[in-house]
Amino acid sequence: MNTELIGIIATFLLTLLIAIPLGKYLAKVFAGEKVWTDFLKPLERGIFKLSGINIKEQMDWKQQLKALLTINILWLFYGFFVLIFQDKLPFNPDANPGMSPDLAFNTIISFVANCNLQHYSGESGVSYLTQQFVLMFLQFVSAATGIAAAVVLFKAFRDKTATQLGNFWEYFVKSITRLLLPLSVVVALILTFNGTPASYEGKDQFISMQGDTVHVSRGPAAQMIAIKHLGTNGGGYFGANSSHPFENPSYLTNMVEMMAQTIIPLAMVIAFGYFIRRKKLAWMIFGVMTIGMFMLMIPTLSSELDGNSALAKMGISQTTGAMEGKEMRIGPAATAYWSTLTTVISTGSVNGMHDSTMPLTGLWQLLSMMINAFYGGCGVGLLNYFIYLIIAVFISGLMVGRTPEFLGHKVEAREIKIAAIITLLSPFLILAGTAVASYIFTNHGDAAWAVQPKNWLNNPNFHGFSEMLYEMTSSNANNGSGFEGLGDNNIFWNLSTGIVIFLGRFLPIIGPVAIAGLLAKKKFIPESAGTLKTDTLTFSLMTFAVIIVLNALSYFPALALGPLAEYFTMLK
Amino acid sequence: MKKYIIQSIRLTLVLIVLLCIIYPISIALAGKLSKGNGGGEKITKNGKTVGYALLGQSFNKPEYFWGRPSVVSYNAAGSAGSNKGPSNPDYLKEVSSRIDTLLKYNPGLKKSEIPADMVTASGSGLDPNISEQGAAIQIARVAKARKLDEKKVKELVAINTLKPLMGLFGPSSVNVLKLNLALDNL
Repeated sequence: MNTELIGIIATFLLTLLIAIPLGKYLAKVFAGEKVWTDFLKPLERGIFKLSGINIKEQMDWKQQLKALLTINILWLFYGFFVLIFQDKLPFNPDANPGMSPDLAFNTIISFVANCNLQHYSGESGVSYLTQQFVLMFLQFVSAATGIAAAVVLFKAFRDKTATQLGNFWEYFVKSITRLLLPLSVVVALILTFNGTPASYEGKDQFISMQGDTVHVSRGPAAQMIAIKHLGTNGGGYFGANSSHPFENPSYLTNMVEMMAQTIIPLAMVIAFGYFIRRKKLAWMIFGVMTIGMFMLMIPTLSSELDGNSALAKMGISQTTGAMEGKEMRIGPAATAYWSTLTTVISTGSVNGMHDSTMPLTGLWQLLSMMINAFYGGCGVGLLNYFIYLIIAVFISGLMVGRTPEFLGHKVEAREIKIAAIITLLSPFLILAGTAVASYIFTNHGDAAWAVQPKNWLNNPNFHGFSEMLYEMTSSNANNGSGFEGLGDNNIFWNLSTGIVIFLGRFLPIIGPVAIAGLLAKKKFIPESAGTLKTDTLTFSLMTFAVIIVLNALSYFPALALGPLAEYFTMLK
Repeated sequence: MKKYIIQSIRLTLVLIVLLCIIYPISIALAGKLSKGNGGGEKITKNGKTVGYALLGQSFNKPEYFWGRPSVVSYNAAGSAGSNKGPSNPDYLKEVSSRIDTLLKYNPGLKKSEIPADMVTASGSGLDPNISEQGAAIQIARVAKARKLDEKKVKELVAINTLKPLMGLFGPSSVNVLKLNLALDNL
């Protein structure tokens, strides 16, 4: 077997090796049991004291959400003003300009929402102050927000009946002190010692061997790249993200970054099972997610390794696979694997340009983001999966003629309504957004925006349509990767994707937490012969079928117009 | 509600100190111990900086090995890929003309020997490496331009070939900058 494939397999196995114990550890951390990192308790006590927080104060699900939304809205205002005025603030050695209001609107929502869609380029669009005090800060806290929201859901199912679900601030701060920060230190050090810049020196200049004058953007990148992966954020320090040799210097760092973005979403599933003492349920969820991920990854791998058929016709050799937009030290196999991970999980960092991948690869990338629950982002992946679970419970209940139940709580009209709204939200935002964009592109091509609509697309025909579809899908999924050929820094894309990201982030957090809170309050019904068991193979298959059917029905027409149509035109 | 607002503000300030000051500065200080002191490892020739170890450079003279096509012309003030889709007709024309250029400057080269990486733009525009095959097809040209024995050039290519990680993981590739530096130092 070739070394590129062995590299991927080894990466996945190592990921499991880290994620499973990490999950058990997290369950203990959030249950308040003894763990080896308890030496950090004084630090946490200090943080709570300085912030005026009493963690003994219990919150119901509504208070949890209020706390979550309050602090998130605060970050929106804070970041927005720093982005606009970054040229007047200190710590800007490359003298980069302030952002336009619409770009700042987009960027700040994108980073608060853990999306990290970037309509600017890191080298020229932001100052060091912005990179560290806004963007990297938000990469930590947005990931912790997602994890804390998931822990509220854990808490709802731990006891038979509960109205008080713990303290949001405690979950939030512990996600940082016990998980994100220590792991970031490890990853940042690995990157630094493999060549990623970490210092505060500004741009450098040198004369190359052939005599060209070359400028080099640098800065404290390693710190940000560590959390951008661990927190499934994805926003790169440099424009080219993790394909940049500074962000991802070698195959080793590539493996580390791939593992870093996968371990927390995986660990959260394991943590769920241990926390609510239903390990079998967690392993079933884990199984569905893993099978789903492989079903998306294997065809991606095959379409990239086959190479571009149009280049094959020119008579050149593509022994390694498709190379446009990819890096030689990483190779097409690891780039294909990464492209699946970064889209099933909502990271959105890239180590090769997705716009240049093969049509079918684009199809799988889009589908991964549309499903958005095979592992999924930090914490929120599990919340998304929970919605599918509720729908599956409901449908199975209808099929066998019993009242639907989940973990001993009756699922009734109110919960189903919330789940249905959240399920319908994604297709609505993605398809309506793409439709409006397509309409403007075809009918108002001359609008006087920073990038005229007729110049939006970097590629003609079906691939151009895919660029717009990808942008909306990535925004809704809070993914943040892009078909970057799209001319997206203008008022239309900045505002529209900003709104889509905002709704696509907070409604899918509010919905599942509300459902969990409502269910937890209900009387516990002990398991009987008549109970629909949710930790069986049959039910897992049912959930899988629900995921596939819902997404296929919602998105097939759009996918047929974009990547599928391009694939078939390339066949002839 | 008011309580949450005040707690949010205070918690944000505390976390900014921890996450935006203590954490990054600690890493930056640790980075001082790394090669290049955390500012990126530099490569020098006769005491002058001629590049960064990790960043590719533009080479188009016949006596140097060439790197991959780059959208940003290897100027590391920015970084980008072409973002051209696989079926884009303009893109296919561009690739075709790159093939012609290679054929023109490497007499005797057959089309079927050209590997994809030599005619496609990298993701960052700063890719420092090419495939082994990409180096192999340039040996004859470089040897001729430098009036060297082909065997000698081949040896240098072998020395500057990056093997898979631990011999097991990932592709092998050739670092163009280091190879060219070695040629100049002969």
